[in-house]
Amino acid sequence: MTSGFPELWDTRAFGRALDAGFNSIVANWGETLELLFMPVLRGITGLERGLQTLPWWVVVALFCAATWGAARRWPPVAAVALLLVLLGLLGVWNEAMATVALMLAATVLSVLIGMPLGIAMSRSDRLRGGMLPVLDIMQTMPIFVYLIPFVMLFGPGKIPALLATIVFAIPPVIRLTDLGIRQVDPEIVEASRAFGASPRQQLWSVQVPLAMPTIMAGINQTTMMALSMVVIASMIGAGGLGYQVLQGIQRLEVSRGLIAGLGIVLLAIIFDRIAQSYGRRVQANLHREGK
Amino acid sequence: MRPVKIHVEAVSKVFGRDPRGALAKVHAGMDKTRLKDETDHVLGLHDITLDIRAGETFVIMGLSGSGKSTLIRHFNRLIEPTGGRILFDGEDILGFDAARLQAFRRRKVAMVFQRFALLPHRTVIENVAYGLALDGVARLEAHRRAGEQIALVGLAGFENSYPAQLSGGMQQRVGLARALATDAEVLLMDEAFSALDPLIRHDMQLQLKELQARLGKTIVFITHDLDEALLLGDHIAILKDGTLRQVGTGAEILAAPADDYVARFVRDVNRSRILLCGAFADAGLIPPPDAPVIEAGATLESAFAAFAQGAQAVAVRDEAGQIAGGLTARQVMQALARQ
Ligand SMILES: Nc1ncnc2c1ncn2[C@@H]1O[C@H](COP(=O)(O)OP(=O)(O)O)[C@@H](O)[C@H]1O
Ligand SMILES: [Mg+2]
Repeated sequence: MTSGFPELWDTRAFGRALDAGFNSIVANWGETLELLFMPVLRGITGLERGLQTLPWWVVVALFCAATWGAARRWPPVAAVALLLVLLGLLGVWNEAMATVALMLAATVLSVLIGMPLGIAMSRSDRLRGGMLPVLDIMQTMPIFVYLIPFVMLFGPGKIPALLATIVFAIPPVIRLTDLGIRQVDPEIVEASRAFGASPRQQLWSVQVPLAMPTIMAGINQTTMMALSMVVIASMIGAGGLGYQVLQGIQRLEVSRGLIAGLGIVLLAIIFDRIAQSYGRRVQANLHREGK
Repeated sequence: MRPVKIHVEAVSKVFGRDPRGALAKVHAGMDKTRLKDETDHVLGLHDITLDIRAGETFVIMGLSGSGKSTLIRHFNRLIEPTGGRILFDGEDILGFDAARLQAFRRRKVAMVFQRFALLPHRTVIENVAYGLALDGVARLEAHRRAGEQIALVGLAGFENSYPAQLSGGMQQRVGLARALATDAEVLLMDEAFSALDPLIRHDMQLQLKELQARLGKTIVFITHDLDEALLLGDHIAILKDGTLRQVGTGAEILAAPADDYVARFVRDVNRSRILLCGAFADAGLIPPPDAPVIEAGATLESAFAAFAQGAQAVAVRDEAGQIAGGLTARQVMQALARQ
């Protein structure tokens, strides 16, 4: 070789060793892991079936109830109902419900894992120092790279799609939980200590509630990233709207791709509405002005 | 004399990476400026010793940065000293473990903050009940007791408002009610009234005096305002650069400032409203039988009216009801003129 960077060490051997190591993990642990994630898979499939078999208007009513719970105002509820009806009119209802099921599962799990991590990070500068570069890598690594190991472990399907989605979508909720808690007015935290709050009481009576608007912004971002990843994850057998897009590409059917794409946009707007109006209400609670 | 509530003994506080090492240098004679320049440590408090007695209002005074907030935070261990001892009812609070310290903060000491530090997401009554809730008092009982305190500070009817809906003065009443609700024996008030408008501030000062007379709490009150210190304080401690310059009653400090700094500090105060007739009564002067009678505990100002009406001297009567001596207009002027 005459040009390029000199080969100072044998990258191919390194690659082979890495692959061999990973293969042995797959061989030894693959089945155990698959068994471990069985309940999760059942949960997602159940949710998907449920959303698909319920009459459409019940699903719309459920979404409206969730929006009302989050916003306590009628305009967002009406908007969400309208957008769902549009989604139905596009003719991609069942695919959209499959996407919603996977996305909700990924988001809920991301929040369940991400919030405790963010809380832990806010309490330890050392942990934070270690986590930040990892989060940066998770967010900049091309998303397709995550798909390979998960597919090897589980074979194509919903579980690798779910896990790749979580890895991709979890950083914002971790980051913004940490940031939100660190930004809470130190005097209020001090007051809670002065009245004898235990660390746990401080966390739940002051830090988490006051960080909630920021945490919600993180959850919102996580939701949006989960949605965009779920589309890509269709390539490894997650089904749903993403699969329609993929088929549109493979068969060069502009209409199929476009309609599924529109469906994804509608879902994005719906979830953004719900998350944002909740965020706004929490924010308003913190800064109520005189009536 | 009343028993000692809080005994502070040789307390020092150094901020920085190696506080103990830095404190050793201070003990070896390094001063605050050199410590800062050469070792990048801040000497927050240096060798503070004082006693706060049960039922009194003890004022800590000093300019901004003199260490007032640092000192008061030692009394509930929001800040740990680098050296020294702190006894509460004779017990060393530095020996408390985490659980004991929590119980101590929940029941024995309560705090009022300069910028109120209310929980913005909770209503007035929830804020006032906060300390009780932390202590595991059932919600119904906690709200009943909180309601009483809210009424006491004159906020009945605002139980379900949120802090941001109230004026600054009202918010600080909530802060006060929150501190009273746990029935703590000691109230720590860090510039509690400094953020308020002058008129509201004066109202709050009077209300605090009245509450104090009724409830008999031990109050540690921080201020950088001399008038406030003199109005509220049974004893006043003056801090400068983390060192204690003088402790005494307002009258003692005005009559005999310990050093130049204290003297300059108290120079502009209206001495006639602080100095007491008893301190200047002249035992050698027998007042005429028709001389007006003034109590020893009355301020010099209260004798002005008698002199204005032509009296040569007033008779000063002590606590026991005996005439302790006389006081002439000239002696009063001399007391006021002394700088
Ligand atoms: N956490 C801290 N780290 C470093 N220095 C501090 C810290 N807290 C207070 N200080 C310093 O200690 C001194 C006293 O501060 P403080 O007690 O807040 O004064 P005051 O309340 O009288 O205005 C100041 O010089 C301040 O800069
Ligand atoms: Mg201060």
